[in-house]
Amino acid sequence: MEFSRRETLALGLGAAMVTVLPFRVNAKAEDRIAEFTGGAEMADADITLNAPEIAENGNTVPISVEAPGATAIMLLATGNPEPGVATFKFGPAAAQQAASTRIRLAGTQDVVAVAKLADGSFAKTSATIKVTIGGCGG
Amino acid sequence: MISRRDFLQVSMAASALVGASGFGNWARLAAQQSLSQDQLLEFDTYGNISLIHVTDIHGQLKPIYFREPSVNIGVGANKGHVPHITGADFRKAYGIADGSPSAYALTHDDFSALAQAYGRVGGLDRVATIINAIRADRPDALLFDGGDTWHGSYTCHHTAGQDMVNVMNALKPDAMTFHWEFTLGSERVQEIVESLPFAALGQNIFDAEWDEPAELFKPYKFFERGGAKVAVIGQAFPYMPIANPGWMFPEYSFGIRDENMQAMVDEVRAAGADLVVVLSHNGFDVDKKMAGKVRGIDVILSGHTHDALPEPVLVGKTHIIASGSNGKFVSRVDLDVRDGQLMGLRHKLIPVFSDVIAPDPAVAQLIEAERAPFKDQLAEVIGQTDTLLYRRGNFNGTWDDLICDSLLSEREADIAMSPGVRWGPSLVPGDDITREDIWNVTSMSYGAAYRSEMTGEFIKVILEDVADNIFNPDPYYQQGGDMVRIGGMGYRIDISKPQGERISEMTLLRTGELIDPSKSYVVSGWASVNEGTEGPMIWDVVEDHIRKLGTVSLAPNTSVQVAGV
Repeated sequence: MEFSRRETLALGLGAAMVTVLPFRVNAKAEDRIAEFTGGAEMADADITLNAPEIAENGNTVPISVEAPGATAIMLLATGNPEPGVATFKFGPAAAQQAASTRIRLAGTQDVVAVAKLADGSFAKTSATIKVTIGGCGG
Repeated sequence: MISRRDFLQVSMAASALVGASGFGNWARLAAQQSLSQDQLLEFDTYGNISLIHVTDIHGQLKPIYFREPSVNIGVGANKGHVPHITGADFRKAYGIADGSPSAYALTHDDFSALAQAYGRVGGLDRVATIINAIRADRPDALLFDGGDTWHGSYTCHHTAGQDMVNVMNALKPDAMTFHWEFTLGSERVQEIVESLPFAALGQNIFDAEWDEPAELFKPYKFFERGGAKVAVIGQAFPYMPIANPGWMFPEYSFGIRDENMQAMVDEVRAAGADLVVVLSHNGFDVDKKMAGKVRGIDVILSGHTHDALPEPVLVGKTHIIASGSNGKFVSRVDLDVRDGQLMGLRHKLIPVFSDVIAPDPAVAQLIEAERAPFKDQLAEVIGQTDTLLYRRGNFNGTWDDLICDSLLSEREADIAMSPGVRWGPSLVPGDDITREDIWNVTSMSYGAAYRSEMTGEFIKVILEDVADNIFNPDPYYQQGGDMVRIGGMGYRIDISKPQGERISEMTLLRTGELIDPSKSYVVSGWASVNEGTEGPMIWDVVEDHIRKLGTVSLAPNTSVQVAGV
């Protein structure tokens, strides 16, 4: 019997996941952060990133970010070929500075959120999201 | 001198007393060779609330043998801590004498010999007797089922879980959470859940499309007991669509969601909860981490990783109770809750020795009725075994050695893969192997045994991926299974390394040659999470193989070299 590779991978592999080894923050992501902050220091406070520890589907990973008082929040998927996900801008009338979206991840990597706060300072946080071919739960 | 009354019991005071040194003397009197039902059930009723916990029964209605693991390695902060100690270390930690009933119930050494002395464990009719005895002490005791109930046997498979639902309903649980239940498919899950006369809980069961709480499952339920308000929050297995086939329940999303857990704890506390209990299918290490992050949980009734611990593990102010699997244990937890807080706790892990605990007649009859339509199929003897057949252990077990041999031989493969699940009872040397026994270790709703070509490089990617699901130092990245079992190939694993660097020296056993990353090998395995997997069912493959063997006799498996422990 002939099976296609996709149907028969032992423990299940999402079609889009070419590799499962972790990606590291790439230079492109560093550049985007520098562009956004102008090279300013970033505090690890006043910003919350909610993301699953392990993605159920690497093609559509729900994440949300909140930074009270922020005027803008930039989201980066640091291991994607093109790390930019979105930059959310909040006007003075915004009731809360929060946003949620779904992103596609090429593999296990850190997702980074950088907020520009009202006083012009910056805050940064990150979360490791694992993209796995799955295993065998007890 | 400790009194008989203290047998298998731990009070909060005792836990605190031994907190610094680690452990108490759970089993001093268990060293006695005589056991009685009264002794097993003896409990000095305490406080004003009783909780009863069963979990991970995996379809086991009847008494079985169940050997605990000899290899259960902890990583990161959990290295060397319970439940990651086994054998003599485990007995020493809890003061359990070699050869005692507790040694038989909780550790692996001399299992075959002790099995002759102490007999089978479990059986839901015996569990019923224990529950009834606790309810005789405390009529309004709360019974919680931690999930992995509607899966794991011939009758469970052929009735799509109905046999377990009927028998469990007779035990009158108050709430339940879930894992393998979802592998019945979302339509069937919905049908059963809507029929349940008790609460179906899971604060982390979400609607996949909208990423909001799923309507069918409530996050928590309140109970009024002993003049206190008890809130029970459900926590389903977080990684269901990853460890199991997500295409069978695409409407649902899970995850740990500890920020939502915190929100639920805060919500029930604000609504007046005096006691907050989490009924969890996280797995023990995940529960430990969660207990350290989420504030305000008094008790976690922990399931999924099948650990049986004779004492609660305390993280901050949260007591974690681990109640084993396959119907082998029942946990009783008595609590003193006053003035909106937990003042004290008394706990007993009750081993269900099936020859000591009398079966409850009504439940025994119900179990026989569920099994009657399948009697002949269940009882058919396929072969015999000379070897102790068991599954638990991080890297291999003899059942999986036999299953991998079946795949190599029946599917003419170079390499075989068997999933590192933790369910499945044991058989002792001299036992017949019946069809029921084979189904007990293989039955599932996605049991097709595929045959495929994989490159050496890809096989390594699979091993690295699964290894990281077990040995990632952060419990939140662990899925709670064991390593995928490999037949026909040996390898070395350094568990201390990061993903991608743990696996080396992959060797094709047939030739003794190293696996070539660019070469293709014929691989046969089962339990693929991919939709559309084709092949004969694994239980038929194993049955054919055992029939040909007649008597199973397995050589010790030395093909995995473990380093970095």
